[in-house]
Amino acid sequence: MSKNRINRRQVLRLLAAAPGLYLFGCGGADKKAVPGEAEKYDWNDHFWGYAIDTTRCIGCCACMRGCRAENDVPEGSFRTWVERYRVDSKGEVAVDVASAGDHVFSPLEGDVQKAFFVPKICNHCEKSVCSQVCPVGASYTTRDGVVLVDKERCIGCGYCVQACPYGTRFISPGNHLADKCTLCYHRITRGYEPACVLSCPKEARIFGDLKDPGSKLSVILRQGRFRLLRPEMGTHPKCYYLGLDKEVV
Amino acid sequence: MNFVFPNETNVTWTVMIVLYPYITGLVAGAFIVSSLYHVFGRKDLKPVARFSLASAFVFLLFATLPLLIHLGHPERSFNIMITPNFTSAMAGFGFIYSAYLLLVVLEIWFVLRGDFIQRAQGKGPAALLCRLILLGNLRESEATRKADEKIARFLAGLGIPMACVLHGYVGFLFGSLKANPWWSTPLMFVIFIFSAIVSGISVLIFHYFVVSFINRWKVDQPCVKAMGKYLWGFMIIAVSLELLELLSIAYKQTEEWEVLSELVGSKLLVSYVILQFFVFSLIPFLMLGVASLFRLKDRAVNVLVWVAATMLLVQVLLMRWNVVVGGQLLSKSMRGFTSYFPGLFEKEGLVVAAIIFTLPFGILYVFHRIIHLFPGAEKKPGRS
Repeated sequence: MSKNRINRRQVLRLLAAAPGLYLFGCGGADKKAVPGEAEKYDWNDHFWGYAIDTTRCIGCCACMRGCRAENDVPEGSFRTWVERYRVDSKGEVAVDVASAGDHVFSPLEGDVQKAFFVPKICNHCEKSVCSQVCPVGASYTTRDGVVLVDKERCIGCGYCVQACPYGTRFISPGNHLADKCTLCYHRITRGYEPACVLSCPKEARIFGDLKDPGSKLSVILRQGRFRLLRPEMGTHPKCYYLGLDKEVV
Repeated sequence: MNFVFPNETNVTWTVMIVLYPYITGLVAGAFIVSSLYHVFGRKDLKPVARFSLASAFVFLLFATLPLLIHLGHPERSFNIMITPNFTSAMAGFGFIYSAYLLLVVLEIWFVLRGDFIQRAQGKGPAALLCRLILLGNLRESEATRKADEKIARFLAGLGIPMACVLHGYVGFLFGSLKANPWWSTPLMFVIFIFSAIVSGISVLIFHYFVVSFINRWKVDQPCVKAMGKYLWGFMIIAVSLELLELLSIAYKQTEEWEVLSELVGSKLLVSYVILQFFVFSLIPFLMLGVASLFRLKDRAVNVLVWVAATMLLVQVLLMRWNVVVGGQLLSKSMRGFTSYFPGLFEKEGLVVAAIIFTLPFGILYVFHRIIHLFPGAEKKPGRS
């Protein structure tokens, strides 16, 4: 989001997301924040990871709204989204995502035996195929394990979009550049958590430092059971899913 | 139930990315035809040898245009050579393309040097241009002719693997993407090379007949028959490989086949199964088979070869479409398909594509006005 110019729509988005951010985590984040820390930030000291506890997600999509407000994601494109899986008595699976714009799921109808939500985000893979295929090195992985796009170098060829097995990248219709989740790099390097993590009222999204054995994420991964999305791709994702159903890809 | 990831509702690579491998395929195929004469001494291809080289050159000039139109930031396109990321298959494009362009330009220079010298003797802008191309050196002797021929043959020989690299590389760009089961196959590299040769021979046949018809030239019958046979052979290899690829996935019955079979049976039923295979592969196969195996009148052979070549030009275009667009219709969620229909007047629409595809023919015409591309062509005898 531009620092100098803000339009009415952006103000409304911020206002819409503000209560969520305040009620569900801003307090916690502020305790971690150290003003002016960005300059002192050393990326060699961290290795960021992410976990999603699918058993906790209630499909409120506050994460999507938080992300959109924080990162000015263009309409129709998504840096994060929430999928809803419905399984009927015959075992047939139906998947949908919250509607664009207001990010609300339609009410459940018909024969539903099992239903659950699965938030999706860039997996910030250790062997990120998007960084591998970028012809100009605009997509790259930082030393602290975040996959980013250099907007000054991207040529907008879309090869990374094709290469990502998780469908998390898109070409932004506004600037014609590759876009994706940055794990709110501008926030995490200042000691804050990503907007989606802050927005989640159920703490279904867990962000942390894999280099810190005491971080919540490290503890969860050490003690709990988790699954990765499409491990056969060999990308070594750093988004760990707890309680994931076999139907999820 | 149909489900695609929300960022997949728009197809990223569209008409321009279909056109790009199509044009590079024409380049590679046309170049290989010229090399069959220059390197392997296939004398029956002599009437089109010069034309095929010129065709390779003009199509090569326009091969990057669809890419530039597609890029979100074409002004940064040279970054691909200035700051290449060598782990990316695409980073090689600038170097491979430039090296090949240099080779084709040099070969044309050595093959046509004698003609340029002759043309440079006259007056006018064409003569001036020829003098410029010759760098002011208008000397010609038996020794220079022999040297030119020797160098041209060497370049033509070197050009064959380079043509294969240029186009095989395009196939590799798709085949190496493991995220897409429709693309991810090591056969893609080989399929692209053979389909390139098919499209290259086809465009030469198509154009040769059109130019001969317009100028009322007699087509060289042994040349047409030879090209027809080459086309038949190469199309059999190309189509067999394409079928083999599909068959191997289908036979293995992997998890991917569940969704790919649906892709082939629904979204690509018309463009892939019906049009690409049944109409535009099977019919030309039969036509070229008849033209190659049976003794027919010249006129019948010409009609069969020309129609088959024209149909194969469409077949290869359909193949490119089904690979590029078809692969993107399949969601990475493996639970559904998106849709795409090309626009007419948009930046990457059909009109722009048609203009880009027509431009090389215009340049070829200008080329032909300067240097005769069919030196041995004879006028048809007039009716009395």
